Amino acid sequence: MSTASVKEQTVPRPPKNKTPKWQRMSFMGYLSLVLVTFLSVFPFYWMFIVASNGTDEISKIPPTLIPGPRFFTVISHVYEALPQFNQALLNTVYVGTVVAVAQVFFSAIAGFAFAKLNFRGQRYMVLFVILTMMLPSQLGIIPLFMLVGWAGWIDTLLALIVPALVTAFGVFWMRQVIDAQVPNELLESASIDGAGVFRAYWSIVLPIIAQSSFVLGLFSFLATWNDFLWPLLVLNTPENFTAQVAVNQLKSSYAIDYALNMGGAFLSTAPLLVLFIFVGRRLVRGVMDGAVKG
Amino acid sequence: MSQATVAKTGKSKPPSPWKPAKPNKKLNNPNAVLSLNGRWGYLFTAPFFVMFLIFGLAPIIYSVYIAFFNWDALGTQEFIGLANFTELVADDRFWNALVNTLDIWLLSTIPMMIMSIGLAAVLHNPNLRGSTFWRTILLVPNITSVLAIAIVFGQLFGRDFGMINIIIGALGFEHVDFIQGTTSSHIAIASMIVWRWTGYNALIFLAAMLAIPGELYESASLDGANKWKQFIYVTLPSLRNTITFVLIVGTIGGLQVFAEPLILGGSYNGGDSGQFSTLTLFLFDQAFVAYKWGYAAAVGIMITFIVAVVSIINFFITRRLAGDGK
Repeated sequence: MSTASVKEQTVPRPPKNKTPKWQRMSFMGYLSLVLVTFLSVFPFYWMFIVASNGTDEISKIPPTLIPGPRFFTVISHVYEALPQFNQALLNTVYVGTVVAVAQVFFSAIAGFAFAKLNFRGQRYMVLFVILTMMLPSQLGIIPLFMLVGWAGWIDTLLALIVPALVTAFGVFWMRQVIDAQVPNELLESASIDGAGVFRAYWSIVLPIIAQSSFVLGLFSFLATWNDFLWPLLVLNTPENFTAQVAVNQLKSSYAIDYALNMGGAFLSTAPLLVLFIFVGRRLVRGVMDGAVKG
Repeated sequence: MSQATVAKTGKSKPPSPWKPAKPNKKLNNPNAVLSLNGRWGYLFTAPFFVMFLIFGLAPIIYSVYIAFFNWDALGTQEFIGLANFTELVADDRFWNALVNTLDIWLLSTIPMMIMSIGLAAVLHNPNLRGSTFWRTILLVPNITSVLAIAIVFGQLFGRDFGMINIIIGALGFEHVDFIQGTTSSHIAIASMIVWRWTGYNALIFLAAMLAIPGELYESASLDGANKWKQFIYVTLPSLRNTITFVLIVGTIGGLQVFAEPLILGGSYNGGDSGQFSTLTLFLFDQAFVAYKWGYAAAVGIMITFIVAVVSIINFFITRRLAGDGK
C-alpha cells in the first residue's frame, strides 16, 4: 500500500520520509492508545485492589494502589453472605449457553432466508425486523412479566431462557453476514447439482458462517451473563440466582462494604475476562464485520 | 473479511439498513438465489416470527392497551381513556426524568462520538504497530456487566475516599459530592457509558474507515491535502452512514439508560431528590414499586415516542452535517 503511493511522488525525499506524511504514526497517537489502555483496564485492576485489601485500607488518603493479602478472606466473606454464589455462576453459564445456541440457530436460518431466498412479503418482513430493533426493549416489560407469571415461570430459569430465544438483532446481523460472505454462485451451482434448500443451507452456508455464528453466540452469551434487571425481577430464591443477581444481593445486604461488593463483582467478572483472553480477537472481528460501512 | 466486502461491491451494494432493497416489480429479494425454492423462506423465518410475536410484539401491543387503564398489580382494571397521559404530562417527576435522561445522553454521546472517531483514525494508520492488540483492548470495557462496573465507578466517584475526589483534592480543590449533585451525578453516569462504549464504537468506525478506497487518500494527498484536510474531506464524508447508525443505536440505548443510575443510587428513585432519575428508571419505579402498571405503560409509550423523535432528528442532522450533496 505504501509503496504504491511512494511511486506517485515525483519529488525526491530522504529515505526516512518514504512513507507519506499522512501515514506516519505520531507519538501522540501511541500516547492516546496507551492512555485508553490504562483507562480500560484500570477499573478491573481497582476491583481486585479493593477486594484484596479490604475497605479500611482503601478508605484513607492516599489509598493503596497495590494488591493486598486479604483477597481470600474477602472472597470467603462473599461465600458467607451468599453460600449459593457458585450455583449462581453455574446457572448463568447454563442460561447463557442455551440462549446463545438458540439465538444462533434461529438467527442463522432466518438470516439465510432473508439474504438468499425470494418469497412474497420478504421485503416487508425485513423492514419489520429492522423496525422492531428500534423499539425500546423495556416497552413490553410489564405484559412480559404478566405473561411469564401466567406461564408459571416466575423464579425459574425458564423465565430468562424462553423470552430470549430469538432477537431481531441476531436475525439482522446474520442476514448481513450471509449476504456478505456466501457467494450466490456457490448456491446456484449447488442447486443445479440437485441440492434443495436444506441441503444448500447445511453443506454450503453453515460451513462458511461458522466463525460468524460463533461470534454471535459469544455476544449472546455475554449479554445474557450481564443482563441484570430482568433476572432481578423474576428470580427470588438464591438457588435460582444468576451471577448479577447474586452480586446485587451482596450490595443490598451490606450497604457500603466495598471490599465485599468488589469481591463479588470480581468473581462474576473473572470468568468473562478469562474467556476474553481466548476469544477477544474474534469478538473484535465480529464487531467490525457487523459494522455498517460507508 | 474486508476483502469479501470489497469483492462484492462490484456486483451489488451491501444492503443498507435504512431502506429495503430497491423496489422491483418482479422480485421480492433482488439478491436472492432464484434456483432455490423461495417458499421454504416462510418455514426458515417462522420460528423467529412466532417467538417474537409471543414474547416481543404481543407484550408491546398489550402494553399500549393497558396504558388506557387504571391497572394495578392487585387486579384493578378500569378503563380511563387518556387519563394516564394527561396525568403524566402534569407529573413533575416525568419532566425531571426526561431532562435528566437528555442531559446524560448529551454528556455521554458528544464526547463518545468525538473520542471514538479519533481513536478509529489513530487505529486506521497502516503504520501502527500492534494493531490487533490495541483493537482487542478497546473491546475489554464492553464485555463486563454494568453492575460490576457501576460498583467500581460508584467507589471511584465516592465523596470522601473516591480516587477521583482524592485527585481533585490533591489539585487543591474541594471534594465534589458526585452522587448528591445533579450535574455531577450525570457526569458520573455519563462517564460509565463513555467508558463502556467508546472502544466498541471506535471499532465500528475503524471498520468503516478500512472500507474507504485508498485511492481517495492518494489523490487527496497528491492534491496537497494534509492529514487533517484528508480527515475532514475524505474520511468524515465517507463515514456518513456509519455515524448515523452509531448515533441512532446510541440514542435508542442512551434514552433508555437505567442500570447505571439504578446501581449508583441503590433504588428506583434515582437519588435522594431524583437528581439522576431517568425515564426508564421512572417506568420501573411506577411498575415494580408503585405497581401502577397502566401508568407505567403510558411512560413506556412516551419513551418510545421520544426515542423515535430524537432518532429522526439525529438522522436528518447527520445527513445534513455530513453533506449529503442535496
